[in-house]
Amino acid sequence: MTAVFKYLKAGAWAAICVCFALIFAQVWLDLKLPDYMAEITTLVQTPGSVMRDVWIAGAKMLVCCLASVATSVAVGFISARVAAGFSRDLRGGLFAHVENFTMEEIGGFSTASLITRTTNDITQVQMLVAMGLQIIIRAPIMAVWAMLKISAKQWEWTALVGAAIGAMILLIVFMMIYALPKFRKIQTLTDNLNRVTRENLTGIRVVRAYNADKYEEGKFETANHELTDNNLKVFSAMAVFMPFISIVINGMSLGIYWIGAYLIDAAPITDKITLFADMITFSSYSMQVLMSFMMLVMIFVMLPRVMVSVRRIAEVLTTEPRIRDGNVTESPAGVSGEIEFKNVSFKYPGAEDYVLREVTFSAKRGETVAIIGSTGSGKSSLLNLVTRFYDTTEGSVSVDGIDVRDYTQEALRNKLGYVPQRAILFKGTVTDNVKFGFSASSHSDVLGDVKKAVSIAQGTDFVEAMSDGYESAISQGGTNVSGGQKQRLSIARAIYRNPEILIFDDTFSALDYKTDRALRSTLKRETSGITSLIVAQRIGTIRDADKILVLDGGRLAGIGKHSELMNSCEVYREIALSQLSEEELV
Amino acid sequence: MNDEYEFGSAKTGDDDRDDDKPENFKEAWIKLLRYSKAYFPVLIIAVICSAASSILTLIGPDKLRELTNLVTDGLLSGIDLAAVGTIAVSLIVLYSVGAVLSFAQGITMTVVSQKLSKNLRTSISKKINRLPLKYYDSNSYGDILSRVTNDTDTLGNSLNQSIGQLVHAAAMFIGSIIMMFKTNPQMAVTAVASTILGFGVMILIVSRTQKYFKQNQDNLGDINGHIEEIYAGHNIVKAYNGERGAKQTFDEINDRLYESNWKSQFLSGLMMPLMGFIGNFGYVAVCVVGAYLVMHSVITFGVIVAFMIYIRLFTQPLSQMAQSFTSMQSTAAAAERVFEFIDEADMPPERETLTAVDCAKIRGDVSFNNVVFGYSEDKTVINDFSANVKAGQKVAIVGPTGAGKTTMVNLLMRFYEIGSGEITIDGTSISQISRENVHDMFCMVLQDTWLFEGTIRENIVYSKRDVSDASIDAACNAVGLDHYIRSLPKGYDTILGDNANISAGQRQLLTIARAMIQNSPLLILDEATSSVDTRTELLVQNAMDALTVGRTSFVIAHRLSTVRNADLILVMRDGGITEQGTHVELLSRGGFYAELYNSQFEDS
Repeated sequence: MTAVFKYLKAGAWAAICVCFALIFAQVWLDLKLPDYMAEITTLVQTPGSVMRDVWIAGAKMLVCCLASVATSVAVGFISARVAAGFSRDLRGGLFAHVENFTMEEIGGFSTASLITRTTNDITQVQMLVAMGLQIIIRAPIMAVWAMLKISAKQWEWTALVGAAIGAMILLIVFMMIYALPKFRKIQTLTDNLNRVTRENLTGIRVVRAYNADKYEEGKFETANHELTDNNLKVFSAMAVFMPFISIVINGMSLGIYWIGAYLIDAAPITDKITLFADMITFSSYSMQVLMSFMMLVMIFVMLPRVMVSVRRIAEVLTTEPRIRDGNVTESPAGVSGEIEFKNVSFKYPGAEDYVLREVTFSAKRGETVAIIGSTGSGKSSLLNLVTRFYDTTEGSVSVDGIDVRDYTQEALRNKLGYVPQRAILFKGTVTDNVKFGFSASSHSDVLGDVKKAVSIAQGTDFVEAMSDGYESAISQGGTNVSGGQKQRLSIARAIYRNPEILIFDDTFSALDYKTDRALRSTLKRETSGITSLIVAQRIGTIRDADKILVLDGGRLAGIGKHSELMNSCEVYREIALSQLSEEELV
Repeated sequence: MNDEYEFGSAKTGDDDRDDDKPENFKEAWIKLLRYSKAYFPVLIIAVICSAASSILTLIGPDKLRELTNLVTDGLLSGIDLAAVGTIAVSLIVLYSVGAVLSFAQGITMTVVSQKLSKNLRTSISKKINRLPLKYYDSNSYGDILSRVTNDTDTLGNSLNQSIGQLVHAAAMFIGSIIMMFKTNPQMAVTAVASTILGFGVMILIVSRTQKYFKQNQDNLGDINGHIEEIYAGHNIVKAYNGERGAKQTFDEINDRLYESNWKSQFLSGLMMPLMGFIGNFGYVAVCVVGAYLVMHSVITFGVIVAFMIYIRLFTQPLSQMAQSFTSMQSTAAAAERVFEFIDEADMPPERETLTAVDCAKIRGDVSFNNVVFGYSEDKTVINDFSANVKAGQKVAIVGPTGAGKTTMVNLLMRFYEIGSGEITIDGTSISQISRENVHDMFCMVLQDTWLFEGTIRENIVYSKRDVSDASIDAACNAVGLDHYIRSLPKGYDTILGDNANISAGQRQLLTIARAMIQNSPLLILDEATSSVDTRTELLVQNAMDALTVGRTSFVIAHRLSTVRNADLILVMRDGGITEQGTHVELLSRGGFYAELYNSQFEDS
């Protein structure tokens, strides 16, 4: 809670105080209105009154109305600015906090969930703040004040209003108990329906090939029926709402007049006109009381939902990233591109089993180290330790002789050019994407370097064929370029950094053999002096590496050159033979 | 704790498309009404209930006027309490009947709109399986999904609101004007004039504010897009120290959003006080004019009381009608999108005379005779292709990414119809066999392993009926999954969900087991092993070899190593078949295949 609301700054609190004062004034004005009405009533009912007095009272009423609107507008203005400012600051704070997260926290929340928390949930909270400043403050003030005015009058009327409020509360309790849980279920059921449909769509070929359309439709109908059934219950309950409220309001007005008739009839002659005027004002006041209650109810209905949002945001804000920055920003002079793993074991946080066990190896400047192994053998995990997406469980990983945990993350990553398996591009131009992460002034010849990086990544042809060349727009998620093109731009991005170490996480299997080969030979030519760490599946990609690590179930099953491993490492030979026939491998 | 529920509106997908405005309001409504024909009688009842309850609400103030008059008349002489009682009782009856009618209206509209949404969803679901695959090549799943949920949901909710509310508001509006003029023309003019004045001011303000709402919507879309992109690419942002740049862009959009946000929030917040003001303004006008008239004995005091309520009844429907018109617009926009999908062209109908083929008796000779095919009419990708595949042979289809390797599958499975020529199975043209029958002849394993949320057993058995446990065991044994499944606490009943602990290789093996259960005479493997590493592939390959025995098989492969022993290799490039022959033949020809094959061994 406090984690979220600390984003309401001092200025906002001052503004809220002003709101308070304004709302007091507004309530006073709104309650003044029926008073003037009473005045007019008395004037009308008293023989011999002058029309001029009626006009005066009318004019006063109008002034009240205008003043009330003016305060409303002022409150609306302040609350809109406070709420929008709050949501801006909260959103900015949340975004910055998530930016500090490591893969572990991101995985823990799931990307989709973090997105909803930064967008929808904040919108929810903002709405509450905006409405809150207007309604949460106003409704109780109005309810209490109007009640005070009323209770001074006849108790019979007050009792009636009490009964009306009681009826409303009854309705709300019914809604809370009966409808609210079903209301919440709607989203789950909708998700379910969505899932079934998505499955049918993504597997459309399988569905057709297996003649499973009836089967899928059956699943859909079950989900559809459940959703409809629940919706029917919820919305039928909602259908009670309006008629019930109107009968309470109408009943109350009628009751006031009916009771009024008896009270006036029984009153002494001198009090009759005052009592009549009271009756008219009372019905206005009681309406105000009832309306404020209605507003409060709305807030109460909204509140649980907003509280969930608040909790979800707070959850993110109070989660601290597990990986801490070190303080080394410079590695020793003269050392570059060296990687060393010493007895490294690693398991994912919360997991039972180790992914890597006692891995030891080193890479010197300019070497190409390849990592091969079956799915789940820990290849990508090994890379994640170099980039420090995760920290080792035991042992140490060092780059340029210094433990990666001692660097600031920024300094460490400035040494690395990382290319993931799934290429990720951002909205912007081709150039923006290639120079990602750099400020404008870091390279003297930005375009020249971008062109060079793209050309090494074998992307010149397609980039220059695009309508605006290097300034061509890349749409969100890079959906306007093909998978292979995305991958090549993502490689160019790594090269542009001119890193000490290039890291390719199974980058090449998305490319066809020819591009793969061309790219590797250019890389070798143009980036000598850069250490490369390559995870691959194809033997062809790695057979000329300086060092090949063979991983099997997280352990190092072999290390050496292709020819050595073919003789010494059973696992490696098996992998190789599954891809190429024996005579081709010699 | 990650349950993403939201209970106001159950929405999915992105909301930043401008979907509130229909292209053709009238046509959409006509379609919707035609679709809901069956509900007309119920709808009419709802409309009658709504109108009737409005009329009853209008009689109320008139009765209240009588009551007030009884009180004022008796101020000095004593009130006729019996008469007051009669009126009060009749009012209670009036209110109760009105409430019941309005409730009846609400319930019927709810039922109709929910049933209608349900039917629409069913229609969409059925349509999904009737559309030609071509449709899915050019339309995104997200779009279809949002039609199933968002649009039917919007349609249901807005329909529920719009019709009932419109009838109610219209009846109220017309009725209250009539009642006001009937009660007292001068007062009626006062009330109407003051309200119109108020609304004039409001419309003036609203018309100037629309652009802020649009701006706000746009900025919201921008910031959501940015957040999505940065969160999804978190590892890249981290690895490249892109946090600062990302935050900068974020702040820029966030500031823009703040500006448009408070403006639109403020302006929309203005509506309530303004409506209140219009009400109050009318109230004052009625009071003053009423007082004048009472003092000049033109009207009784009861008229003022009645008008105080009339003014409320009169201003309400105006905003309600505006609201329900917006609802009707979003109903139309949603209906348009739903019907657009439902009205898409189905797959071409089957021939009238079909040959039924018994899968159990198929040998598996497949021949392509002068097959011509193109995805669009102006571009032929397969030109006069002929080949004979004998029962039990293995056909491999190779080529670089994007060469159109799945085309052959599409044609064999009749996912697409060929232009001319024919494909025959055991001599019968597949165009003479029903699609269902053709599908039955093939087992198919695809590149992207498709599993659904359900138990392992359900995923393996899938739509096949009466599958014995023994045959499931046998299939899992054959693909080498038995050990994995036995290691799971619930075995075959383990549910495969989002967070199921299952590797890509195991997923692939499951789909192969599914194909085994299917046990059809022909086999299609569409790059079935490319998401599995080469060692697991060995496992899979062994399983596959067992599967291919005695089956004519078509294998699409990325890896040339898996296709060398094929009886026929089809080499595809730029959508068409460029070469065909065996591995040795193709190598000696020195064409594209040889180039492709050799490129993997050259030193880089």
